[in-house]
Amino acid sequence: MHTRHRQQRYTEGRFAHARHAVGPESQGLDTVVVALAGQPNVGKSTIFNVLTGLTQHVGNWPGKTVEQKTGHHLHQDHDLLFVDLPGTYSLSANSVEERIARDYIIQESPDVVVAVVDAAIPERSLYLLAELLLLPAPVVLVMNMMDVAAQEGIVIEPEVLQAALGIPVVPMVATRNEGVARMLDAIMSLVDGTFAYEPRRPTILASHQEVLSGLIALVTDYVPEPYPVPWVALKLLEGDEEIRAVVEDRAPENVRQEIRAILYKHEDAVLDVAGARYAWIGRMVRAAVVRPKVGQVGLTSRLDAVLTHPFWGTLALLAVLAGVFLLTYAVAGPIQAWLSDLLAQFAGGAASWLSSLGLPAWLSDLVSDGLIGGAGMVITFTPILAIFFAALGFLEDTGYMARAAFVTDRFMHMLGLHGKSFMPLLLGFGCNVPAVLGARIIESPRARLLTILLAPLVPCSAQLAVVTILGAALFGQAAGLVVWSLVALNLVALAALGVLLNRLVLKGEPAVFIMELPLYHLPNHRTIGLYVWQNILAFLQKAGSVILVASLVVWFLSYFPAAGDIGQSYIARLGRAIEPLGQLMGLPWPVLVALLTSFVAKENTIATFGVLYGDFEAVLPTLLTAPAALALLVFQMLFVPCIATVAVMKQESGSWKWTAIGVGLLLVLSLVAGIAVYQIGSLL
Amino acid sequence: MVSLARLTPGEVGFVGSLEGGRRFVSRLAALGFTPGTPIQVVRNHGAGPIIVSVRGARIALGRGEARRIKVHLSEAGASEA
Repeated sequence: MHTRHRQQRYTEGRFAHARHAVGPESQGLDTVVVALAGQPNVGKSTIFNVLTGLTQHVGNWPGKTVEQKTGHHLHQDHDLLFVDLPGTYSLSANSVEERIARDYIIQESPDVVVAVVDAAIPERSLYLLAELLLLPAPVVLVMNMMDVAAQEGIVIEPEVLQAALGIPVVPMVATRNEGVARMLDAIMSLVDGTFAYEPRRPTILASHQEVLSGLIALVTDYVPEPYPVPWVALKLLEGDEEIRAVVEDRAPENVRQEIRAILYKHEDAVLDVAGARYAWIGRMVRAAVVRPKVGQVGLTSRLDAVLTHPFWGTLALLAVLAGVFLLTYAVAGPIQAWLSDLLAQFAGGAASWLSSLGLPAWLSDLVSDGLIGGAGMVITFTPILAIFFAALGFLEDTGYMARAAFVTDRFMHMLGLHGKSFMPLLLGFGCNVPAVLGARIIESPRARLLTILLAPLVPCSAQLAVVTILGAALFGQAAGLVVWSLVALNLVALAALGVLLNRLVLKGEPAVFIMELPLYHLPNHRTIGLYVWQNILAFLQKAGSVILVASLVVWFLSYFPAAGDIGQSYIARLGRAIEPLGQLMGLPWPVLVALLTSFVAKENTIATFGVLYGDFEAVLPTLLTAPAALALLVFQMLFVPCIATVAVMKQESGSWKWTAIGVGLLLVLSLVAGIAVYQIGSLL
Repeated sequence: MVSLARLTPGEVGFVGSLEGGRRFVSRLAALGFTPGTPIQVVRNHGAGPIIVSVRGARIALGRGEARRIKVHLSEAGASEA
């Protein structure tokens, strides 16, 4: 049966990564494909990071917006290709992640599946194993977080569990690199057949056995390769719509009707099937797991008493956020300033060197302003993002982020969102690009779309830098208060737009909020390091390339046709053309041009002011009345997101229509708010 | 049976029925909310989401979701049903 599956894998070719000859029958340095499966929060990614480090390849699962990570590990002349499956609680078709995980195991039949389990909640996290054992690939069970289990007073005997299950069981503390070598040995013992693999598989309730046999007989001729027939029958009984469609596509009408009649009669079987799996787990762990005495209060309970409290928890969250921002700007601010100076010097040096070579002026200007300027912008923002992501990665890895989601759920509910949208929106303070990408963690398509549309209203680090500089120039002593109010205004606008979209546009099912609160544990520096690395890499790839291209375009528009005189350039013409709109906000055309260039990257506004006004910090206050100055800042804060964010909005929503609606709404909102501030302010 | 949302912190209910679509039921079943399973309420402030403890794991539920989980207040009630 196994060989047949291999055949299927090559012909299907749905999964992108390459592999060589596989398995025990091939010679030389063979590739062993190992799929890592596990529920969310079991430390699966820590294991993956420990094993593969920087060999990781991060992409998307074919045709899906779900992240796919693969990586290599060399072990005793074997090249182990690890495929990190999405974290899933079960293998039903409840979510894209679950479909990806089970399709991968069935269609690609990896040589070994490693099922990672949280030793601190053995019963619950073994549920996925109960499902994995029904699929053809052999399974190694890893009991991770043995240290957390011990801390919660849970004692586990892996040998006893191994004897009960008939599969290799490996205890592990991945954060301390304990048990990893044993796991690799266990994987190889399945590949070379030295482990007597005789899994005890879960059975279903006696009362359902007959129905299941009936279904197996009924569908056996209509189950396509490589699906195992008993598994298909069981999934039908569980009410799995995807599997039902697979069978019904092939079955004749009379069989279809028979299947439907059986399923209708046993509509509630899903609960019994799950119940039977839990009963099986209970039998398996009875001898192997000793739970603590009732009443023992673990670390998690003590921390949660404060951190999930409606009042103290909110206070703690605000303190944590203040800490994150202080840390980010205190540490990264000076680095950023230093990098900016360095780049300015470098650009100046490059320009004079190029003109000394006798190259035309426009070329040296292109290199120093367009190329180095554009790339420099990306580089100078990297330290801020790195420290911000490190702080968030730390909070995520300790388990705190789920508490933040819980505390904010009440508020998010009013916007038609729930707590899970909090994390992506928080990322937005660093950069809107990862914020939009981060919306992937939300299961409900509607809540995900809403999060994507609202994310640009979170002021990103570049926007905050611009508003801080302009605020200081325009409002002097009062700048702090002004900037604070502007951030608050953005969040109020976010809430208002959320309520509006939720009530008027995105009608439909409310988002379901079911979320696990993992046990607190010590974070792992490697996990955080790779989290930062991958987010920065995504930023550099997505935002970097777009910003570079766009800054070249802006350079072109502001250099030509008047050979460097921006006052006569294309972009100035555009600015003059829309000046009537600017007058409504009390803003002259150069200010509009500066705001327009922020579409490329928010920090461009400052650079453009520098080009247009020279010492703009001295000039701007003389040009703008107080209401106009405020209108400028309000407009800048609410204006459409940068082009990199728009690009990922399209990518993640999969819809130009929604992207256009989101951007259009912000354009209207920023204009209306800017005009209102100026007009009302002028009356006072 | 009463809804899980009505239990106060510390109280234990035994899962009776789950009211919702197939996906909702299937998701909760996978998380261990199967008939007869004891659920202890950890946090419930009468409004907003609640936290329960199920099979050793802590799960946060929106109030709407918690209302759709009906529980028996005694193990005996659960086995009779």
